Amino acid sequence: MNQDKNIFEIIFHARAGQGAKSAAEILAQAAMNEGKYIQAFPYYGPERSGAPTKTYVRISNKEIRTHEPIVDPDLSVVLDDTLLESTDVAKNITRNENLIINTKKSKEDITEVLGGFDGNLKIIDATDIAMKTVGLPASNSVILGKIIQVIGVVKLDSLKEEFRKIFEGKIGKKMTEKNILAIERGYDSL
Amino acid sequence: MKDKNTKSKRIALTGGAAAAEALRQINPDVAPVYPITPQTPIIEGFAKFEADGKVDTEIITVESEHSAMSAAIGASAAGARTITATSSQGLALMNEVLYIASGTRLPILMLVSARALSAPINIHGDHSDVMGARDSGWIQIFSENAKEVYDNTIIGMKLAEKVEFPVMVIMDGFTTSHSVEILETLPDEVVEKFVGKFNPSRSLLDLDNPVTFGPVSLPDSYFEFKIEQSKAIFDAKDEYLKIVKDFASVSGRSYDIFEKYKTEDAEHIIVLMGSTVGTAKNVVDELREQGKKVGLLKIKLFRPFPYKEVAEILKNAKNVAVMDRAISFGSVPPLYSEIINSVFSFQLSVFSYVYALGGRDIFAENIESVFEDMIKGEKFEGTKYLNAKNL
Repeated sequence: MNQDKNIFEIIFHARAGQGAKSAAEILAQAAMNEGKYIQAFPYYGPERSGAPTKTYVRISNKEIRTHEPIVDPDLSVVLDDTLLESTDVAKNITRNENLIINTKKSKEDITEVLGGFDGNLKIIDATDIAMKTVGLPASNSVILGKIIQVIGVVKLDSLKEEFRKIFEGKIGKKMTEKNILAIERGYDSL
Repeated sequence: MKDKNTKSKRIALTGGAAAAEALRQINPDVAPVYPITPQTPIIEGFAKFEADGKVDTEIITVESEHSAMSAAIGASAAGARTITATSSQGLALMNEVLYIASGTRLPILMLVSARALSAPINIHGDHSDVMGARDSGWIQIFSENAKEVYDNTIIGMKLAEKVEFPVMVIMDGFTTSHSVEILETLPDEVVEKFVGKFNPSRSLLDLDNPVTFGPVSLPDSYFEFKIEQSKAIFDAKDEYLKIVKDFASVSGRSYDIFEKYKTEDAEHIIVLMGSTVGTAKNVVDELREQGKKVGLLKIKLFRPFPYKEVAEILKNAKNVAVMDRAISFGSVPPLYSEIINSVFSFQLSVFSYVYALGGRDIFAENIESVFEDMIKGEKFEGTKYLNAKNL
């Protein structure tokens, strides 16, 4: 729907409380630090813990003027695979565009659920990686690493720097470094 | 205050946080607040600055928005630089006291994240709340994005104190208040110097010059009070223009009472305000590339309304379409009504559209359809509703 194709558009599908808004803002901030223009905004529904949420990110080399919601993203990110039952997460993701899903299921199983999907499907068990690195099901850090592996929209170092800047004061150095490791694992995942 | 920002900073903030950042730099004396649902990031951000010792402001937490505005009136009458923020039902609850602030000529700055009013219950973006306050005697300035929220907050504070009127700086709820966008902040020192020290011309605590605020005014004098108040708010437009000129000299960012976008030779012009303007600019650019003579007039100063200046911009157009984000029940939509008033002296087709009530999505293609109606020369009476379901 957005006529300006110079803008890269991302939708995060998650459940309230899974940290999609934080992930979107870290990604946007990191892109801004690289001199890009950004927008990051949530779609507010009846918000309550566990409810499906959508968070939008735009990244561009030019000033972003539109205030439309994103309906035709270049990348769709799913933090919780139970959303596949209720939400068309692959909507308008076409050839050469990417869909990243946090899941324990196999690529074949997900492909079957999606039906005639012709975009690039990337699956990752981000929750498992987060449990092993952070010790919490904080899949959003892992997913951030995966996003920049897949689309390279910002550099890994920018993302790590921004994460440290935002979180070191909030969650302490030790926890921050565990999350940085989670980002790296996501970035290096197959 | 500590940790001053000595440089301009390019940062990404929500519109609400951008307002809070400007308020930190303004460093008001008093901020009476009632931050409950519908809450915005404005007071949340500002209260954190206060807790961290970054402002000298006394935050007064009260029991309702009616009390927040009442306390703001008391603080401002006492001679304190006073701010508050609200939204939606909160603004509606303040309604009675809004008139007391303006009738008493108190320079209170209020940030409003404009949202829908109940019933049915909805707290999404919409201009119904601020339109409900349009006759309350407050100056109203609309913002397109986080950048303008920041700038208008600084401009609004200075304007309020200069013209002795309360000022509402308005941003679209959620679309601007909760969206992260990039803006460039000014150094603290520049903002401090620009808004200057607040020296009220009269105050309750000026014991050497005792005055009465809010006296009784019976049928022999009330009428004249209101006539003078009406004249004074129109005069505020000239001060606004001076202040935005001064602001341009310190920030490099120039503003006017409105922004005209490719209107010079435009045959078809859309008039609107708020965050949808950005989307509409993209539509104008796209249609211009196809050789269509279209333009856009973004209203910034809604009260006082600049009738003559608006007429100057619109007089050479063939058609004008006005996009309102509010309904005036039993009448035509509010901005449409102002535009009709502006152009009544010349023949011009002006069409009414209402969009995005209660946070309904508004897309570039909806705005394109408005231009297409004008280009096709489609005439209609009443109001068209954009992206609404057929009833």
